[in-house]
Amino acid sequence: MLKRIKLVPMLFLLPTLLFLGVFVYIPIVQNFFNSFFDFSVFSQTKEFIGFRYFKELFEDKILMTSFANNIKYAVISVIFQVFFALILATILEDKLFRRIAPTLRVIYFIPVMISISVIALLFSFIYNPQMGLLNSFLELIGLESLAKPWLGNATTAIYAVIAMSQWQSVGFITMLFIVAIQKIPKDLYEAADIDGAGRIRMFFNITVPQVKETMFVNVLITVTGSMLVFNEPYILTNGGPGISSMTLSVHMYQLGFIKDNMGYASAVATLIFVVTAIFALIQIKVSGTGKDE
Amino acid sequence: MTLLNTKEDVLKSSPVARYQKIRSKIDLRSKISKNIFLLGLLFFAFIVLYPLYWMFISSFKSYDEIYNNVWSLPSVWHFENYITAWSQGISSYFFNSLFVTILTILLVVLIGSMAAYSLSRYKTKWINVALIFIIGGLMMNPQVALIPLFEILTWMNLINTHWALILTYVAYRLPLSIILIRAFFLSIPKELEESAIIDGCSEFGIYYRIYLPLSIPILITTVVLTAYFAWNEFLFSTVFIDSSALKTIPSGLMGFRDALRTDWGVLLAGMVIASIPMIILLILLQKYLVRGLSEGSVKG
Repeated sequence: MLKRIKLVPMLFLLPTLLFLGVFVYIPIVQNFFNSFFDFSVFSQTKEFIGFRYFKELFEDKILMTSFANNIKYAVISVIFQVFFALILATILEDKLFRRIAPTLRVIYFIPVMISISVIALLFSFIYNPQMGLLNSFLELIGLESLAKPWLGNATTAIYAVIAMSQWQSVGFITMLFIVAIQKIPKDLYEAADIDGAGRIRMFFNITVPQVKETMFVNVLITVTGSMLVFNEPYILTNGGPGISSMTLSVHMYQLGFIKDNMGYASAVATLIFVVTAIFALIQIKVSGTGKDE
Repeated sequence: MTLLNTKEDVLKSSPVARYQKIRSKIDLRSKISKNIFLLGLLFFAFIVLYPLYWMFISSFKSYDEIYNNVWSLPSVWHFENYITAWSQGISSYFFNSLFVTILTILLVVLIGSMAAYSLSRYKTKWINVALIFIIGGLMMNPQVALIPLFEILTWMNLINTHWALILTYVAYRLPLSIILIRAFFLSIPKELEESAIIDGCSEFGIYYRIYLPLSIPILITTVVLTAYFAWNEFLFSTVFIDSSALKTIPSGLMGFRDALRTDWGVLLAGMVIASIPMIILLILLQKYLVRGLSEGSVKG
């Protein structure tokens, strides 16, 4: 009897532990070891080269551009997604818009649900220099001087990619804020209303302090996402023109699967891991994931 | 009547009239600001919807019309764009995605709920270690594991099969799913299982007859989140699948674009077909999706 009780929980956990072990943990460890070796997809052997690739990281111009782009991504995403999304969620949750808010919530969330490859292909039409919606629109309102090949221009490419990401993701963070705002006790607002506080004061003195934790988690989600971003630049520009819209993940992918320099790609992946693991640790700590409640 | 009365006017009038005047001034002000905010909300909705509307409308156009009449409705509605898109590859990507998504969902729900059951019902040192192991899985991201996974899957002979996607998707979806399901399992009253044990129910019976049926809502949440992930995943499906016949929609569309070159109407039709299942899922099951996203607070 005792034995059976002990066996069941382990049996039930076994498949999960196997999946996580084989496809999540072993690869992460293996990636770390791979960065000390020189190898290609086709080679059977791996040549040990020690820390050479880690030293190269510091002299890699593409890596520096990529990292700078990831940081641009993070800063713009935090401003736009976290702050704009909080304001959007506050307005949506105001009783003035009770009737229309549910419809708007679904509308804002639609881009989140659509595959990034569809979104990126759609935006390659929008940014198209000849027939693209953006340039045609600028022409329509008499600003054709501002029209440019958004993705083909080294200064604008990364911002065009970032802008598309904001368009797609703002609904996601807004939804997280809406859930948080709905949890705020209504009597806080009623009391403030009786005291004669306006909406702006209520926003700063009630809403913001009450959703502080969600805000912090959203900042972390956004920053981590920005450090990992791959699909958007890969599909829209493939890091180009030149290396102007490279990100760490695109750089890693190209090193590994285009230039077949697996060892160095692993070193870049290790760098990505270290950067994101720090944010993930803070996130788990703050959100109290796994806490018994 | 002007709105801004002079000070004397206001002072001369009766208290009730004064009150009404102030009241109507406040009402008017809040009405104006309400309309400004409403306009802002609608404008943002327009920015979100217009590109999607454009994609839908343009999918019925010919190449010349997409190129030359960007804003107009199609002069001739080319419904055949959809037939061409479907028969030239989208159908195969669609069914590949369907297969991969359904198997991923089944495995995640089955394996995840079993693990969550153990984690919520037993308390030993090893259970805690397992829990930390699983939560740690949340920190790991697919990009970092990409190259070793490619090696492991090559070694397992799974590159260029749907299993390369299914197994890795399951592994990366399990941590979040387990955490969500476990939180729900913990809220199931212990009295239920105690009476079940008295009635002679086995361990497996408690899981299968009590926990699973009571947890349908969180299981639906898990299904929706997993579907959303597996249907849209791009990186693994690009790297692990080479053969066009096996590609799922996200990676398939890229090949579709390269093969079509100027058949933009057909490409747009393919994009619309690719988006429809998820939009339907969102409209039908949004409350489950939102709960999962907010409780998990992890970007998909």
